Amino acid sequence: MDADRIQEKLAILADSAKYDVSCSSSGGKRKNANGGLGNSEGNGICHSFTEDGRCVSLLKILLTNYCIFDCQYCVTRRSNDIRRVAFTVAEVVELTMSFYRRNYIEGLFLSSGIFKDADTTMERLVRVARELRTTHKFNGYIHLKTIPGASKELIAEAGRWADRLSVNIELPSEMSLQALAPEKNYHDIEVPMELIRDQARAAKEEAKVLRSAPRFAPAGQSTQLIVGASPETDQQVLTLSDHLYRDFGLKRVYYSGYVPIRAEGPLADVVAPPVLREHRLYQSDWLMRYYGFDAQEITTAAAPNLPLDIDPKLAWGLRNRDLFPVDVNAADYELLLRVPGVGVKSAQRIVAARRTVRLTLDHLKKLGVVLRRARFFLVADGPVPFADRLLGELDSVALKRRLLMLDTGARRAVKQGQLSLFA
Amino acid sequence: MHYTYDGSFDGLLTALRQIWQRRVEALSIRPTDGAQAGLFAETIYVVTDEITARAVWANLLRWLPEKARERLYYVFLAEQPDSELLIYRYIQKTLAQKGADISEQWADDTVRRVYDLSRWLGREKHRMEAFVRFEQTTTGLYHATIDPEVNVLPLIAGHFTRRYADQQWLIYDKRRHYGLRYDGRRTLLVRPVTGRKPRKNDQNDLLPDVLAADLAEREPTFQHLWQTYYRSVTIAARRSPERHRRHLPKRYWKYLTEKTPTDLLPPRVANGANEKLPTPGSKLRGRRERPKT
Repeated sequence: MDADRIQEKLAILADSAKYDVSCSSSGGKRKNANGGLGNSEGNGICHSFTEDGRCVSLLKILLTNYCIFDCQYCVTRRSNDIRRVAFTVAEVVELTMSFYRRNYIEGLFLSSGIFKDADTTMERLVRVARELRTTHKFNGYIHLKTIPGASKELIAEAGRWADRLSVNIELPSEMSLQALAPEKNYHDIEVPMELIRDQARAAKEEAKVLRSAPRFAPAGQSTQLIVGASPETDQQVLTLSDHLYRDFGLKRVYYSGYVPIRAEGPLADVVAPPVLREHRLYQSDWLMRYYGFDAQEITTAAAPNLPLDIDPKLAWGLRNRDLFPVDVNAADYELLLRVPGVGVKSAQRIVAARRTVRLTLDHLKKLGVVLRRARFFLVADGPVPFADRLLGELDSVALKRRLLMLDTGARRAVKQGQLSLFA
Repeated sequence: MHYTYDGSFDGLLTALRQIWQRRVEALSIRPTDGAQAGLFAETIYVVTDEITARAVWANLLRWLPEKARERLYYVFLAEQPDSELLIYRYIQKTLAQKGADISEQWADDTVRRVYDLSRWLGREKHRMEAFVRFEQTTTGLYHATIDPEVNVLPLIAGHFTRRYADQQWLIYDKRRHYGLRYDGRRTLLVRPVTGRKPRKNDQNDLLPDVLAADLAEREPTFQHLWQTYYRSVTIAARRSPERHRRHLPKRYWKYLTEKTPTDLLPPRVANGANEKLPTPGSKLRGRRERPKT
């Protein structure tokens, strides 16, 4: 192995892969049963964090940055004048094994520029995974990017070796995709998504009858879309996510705030990644997946974008004051989940704890409820502070102003000017 | 009544048995070196008995769910001044409620502190599983040194044994002077032999720190590759030191190859022309001696 050459390739191909935000290594069910290397059971591990605060869990690289496509939002687009390099299969395998043995990573996330056609590219990705699993008895996590247009057989084999497969939907609407990535379309992206969904379902059915049946991408499939590079509203984005979760059984939809990579062309006017908007989208995504919210509840026709100054659940709470206050000693779990400042964990604890005692505000604080927000939306036993009683009478606009004063996170954001930039 | 014991978990379990037999409330339970001997009128030193300890441990399951019992062990490993009393009180409370599972009585201070401590231990366990960095030595051994605030080795043994089943490894806790060593079949607890100078290439020797000369030929290459990777994945436009430090507290940086300044990594030998690595006076490698930041 020529160390200097590898250094250079690694720098380039990691740099190009970093815009794929998924770094999840959870949901795998691979035990180290063959006396080989590694396992991926249950929750993944973040082995490090980048200086932008993102988790580093996988060796996330492109096999090559040669690409026949010319997507405007992508650094490896054909028309971009950059240095092109490619790893060999053996090099990726060795890097993965050596990094894994040193406890640097949970596994490999391999993607690639499309360097000849879809099948050639996909075949090379699959070969890396196959070698790791068979020749090297590697049981760590493998996430393979699925190349739209790859054959059914290749996708089937990919799912056999990989823990997770993903196809990026890229942009939140077909129109934007057409505008910025003319060689791509939703149909070509949805075909592999359907293939993955159907094969995973079939494998699950088979496993019911035959326990030793081979599994198919046990950690499921995910996708990513870029926000801030096209004009869609948050409502459109969330509706699309909802559709992807429902109709393709996706495990995760990732939102990638567009990071400006060029000073000319159609995306030149984006100056900074919409970090806060991306954060609000993730919060909304959580509301849909864990809090029983419907995509249509989170935004409204009148305000199709998420407010940046407050979180989407608080915004929903302020719009629905008539449902509050909720009695923590009596309300259903589902309703508790909807109280701003009460998370999944606190809601579960409230339900458990109130079996033995009547809960007071003091109890709630100790349980981890964020009273700063929650106290305006719930009642508990014991005395209510006089100030709160007055504030409870405030209308939503005044209450929001009041809450903003207390909310250090948003206040800081306002100061940094993020709100005015992306509002 | 005040109790002291030898500081081992078996010792604590033995002490608990004696307390229950005497039917007198314990006012303190401390390891011998931590107790303020002589201050108390009545201090009983408990002699550890493994058989008793094993019986107590097994019997606990008659009253506690397995999960709660595990939490109590975590509280012990947290090495807090009140660890022993918390364990004792938690069990007393359970007994007082005729064996009801009290682990969800969140309004109770003991219950919550037991939970919080075990959570803390769980977090340290998780972090050690994440932040340990192995270095391969000339003998093929993958070696790591840690300096954890709590006694995590017993908790991480299972994870590393399952994961690194096909390589020999050693994780050494230099604060508590013992390590875990996996020999390809089993993971054993190992302590350095005092008074004997470790010899090079001696598989059975514990090396609290690895010398540059002991590193496998290609080890520096991989450390530099990892650093290259780590630098390349940062998105400059999103840099946020605050978030970075929240997720990766500075106290862990000393373990991390990627956070070590490049010039303190073992020197990389260009293009496989692997001469013997320079050994700067056989000193400990710079990284270990770097002043705390």
